[in-house]
Amino acid sequence: MADPRIVLDSGDVARALTRISHEILERNKGADDLVLLGLHTRGVPLARRIGERIASVEGTAVAVGELDVTMYRDDLRTQPTRRSHKTEIPPGGIDGKVVVLVDDVLFSGRTIRAALDALADLGRPSAVRLAVLVDRGHRELPIRADHVGKNLPSARSERVSVRLAEVDDLDEVTIA
Amino acid sequence: MKHLLSIDDLSVDAIAEIFETAADMHDVQRREVKKLPALRGRTVINMFFEDSTRTRSSFEIAGKWLSADVINISAKGSSASKGESLRDTVLTVCAMGVDGLVIRHPASGAAHQVSQWVDAVVVNAGDGMHEHPTQALLDAYTLQRRLGSLEGRHVVLVGDLTHSRVFRSNVLCLTKLGARVTVVAPPTLMPSGIGPWSAAAGFETSYDLDAVLPDADAVMMLRVQRERMSGGYFPTAREYTVGYGLTRDRLATLKPDAPICHPGPMNRGLEIAADAADAAQSVVLEQVSSGLAVRMSVLYHLLAGEES
Repeated sequence: MADPRIVLDSGDVARALTRISHEILERNKGADDLVLLGLHTRGVPLARRIGERIASVEGTAVAVGELDVTMYRDDLRTQPTRRSHKTEIPPGGIDGKVVVLVDDVLFSGRTIRAALDALADLGRPSAVRLAVLVDRGHRELPIRADHVGKNLPSARSERVSVRLAEVDDLDEVTIA
Repeated sequence: MKHLLSIDDLSVDAIAEIFETAADMHDVQRREVKKLPALRGRTVINMFFEDSTRTRSSFEIAGKWLSADVINISAKGSSASKGESLRDTVLTVCAMGVDGLVIRHPASGAAHQVSQWVDAVVVNAGDGMHEHPTQALLDAYTLQRRLGSLEGRHVVLVGDLTHSRVFRSNVLCLTKLGARVTVVAPPTLMPSGIGPWSAAAGFETSYDLDAVLPDADAVMMLRVQRERMSGGYFPTAREYTVGYGLTRDRLATLKPDAPICHPGPMNRGLEIAADAADAAQSVVLEQVSSGLAVRMSVLYHLLAGEES
């Protein structure tokens, strides 16, 4: 396999997140009733960063939480037991809110399918949207992202890796 | 890990993993919809050949909240009361396509024996005087939530040690997690031959509760099994309470933040006074809700992943 090629460096990641933040605000016409939910693992710091950017633009804090979809995956039985993570819904809940799911890479769409099921058990948002840092294609379900940092055409066999400072000490997206 | 038969089956890392998932499961209990789809399509049978309220209902709810189909069989009202052997009962049940078997049985080693007969995952929910691993896990989990790491903390277990599977599993679990353990019992209820085990496992034994109690970071009172009262282990219930009960006077000597555990069912006024059972530092009910979270975690780890 070829050496990993950098597709987004830290500056690119920062600019993409800033743009996504503005898109979310534009689409939502402000930060009212907005709840950002990061999907484990790397969607969580991404959601926090988007939340910070929205707060600095709008001047008000936006609700940020984290969602674990482990128990809702459709591939539990075909893999060794996965670790679960914490689900933390902001105090206001998600009923009647606009929930923006945030993840690092959109690939098959199965994680998002699981996230939608998990949301249904937690409440009834008025709308659910999806923001991802990278969309690499190869969907296996009728799911699309509303806000995309970078569309990255890839071969199915290629490996897209997102590294974030909070988890991996640097910001970078590579393909190999 | 294919089965959970003994705490000895678990590494420190495996216990940590069970506790992490249990913490996530604990949050589910506060939700409006307390249901996760992780074990959808799986069937779990609770086979209880001994009476039980909390363990059986805890396993039943744990399985149901993970969306497994849960069936309860108790010895009374099953073919076992018609004289069917354990092996035949278990094989019959497994022929129906069961994925998990939670078993409580009065014979020590029953769960281990059953695990040799069947393909299903076996969880020991108490076998005779041997082990009760999920009880030990939930006790340690409860204490960890209260005390932080158990490394170097002093946990005191008091009661009928000879007949207690809870004691055996707890000593294995607590010492594994680095706790300093002292077990206290009247001489007649101290298991014979405990010396070599305590020396090897690094825990202490004592006949003097008053000497040990003030130093305890947590105390675990074990049930005095009334059915043993006739065995001549101690002259009267009153005498047991005076020597080994957690009375109001003894409660005053305990550190005010030291959790008081009891696996239940409690004999109020015998091994534990009402003042202690209802004290602010009592975690008896917390043990019950923790037990549910821990059992959900155990069932998830044993049954959700690919078949090994």
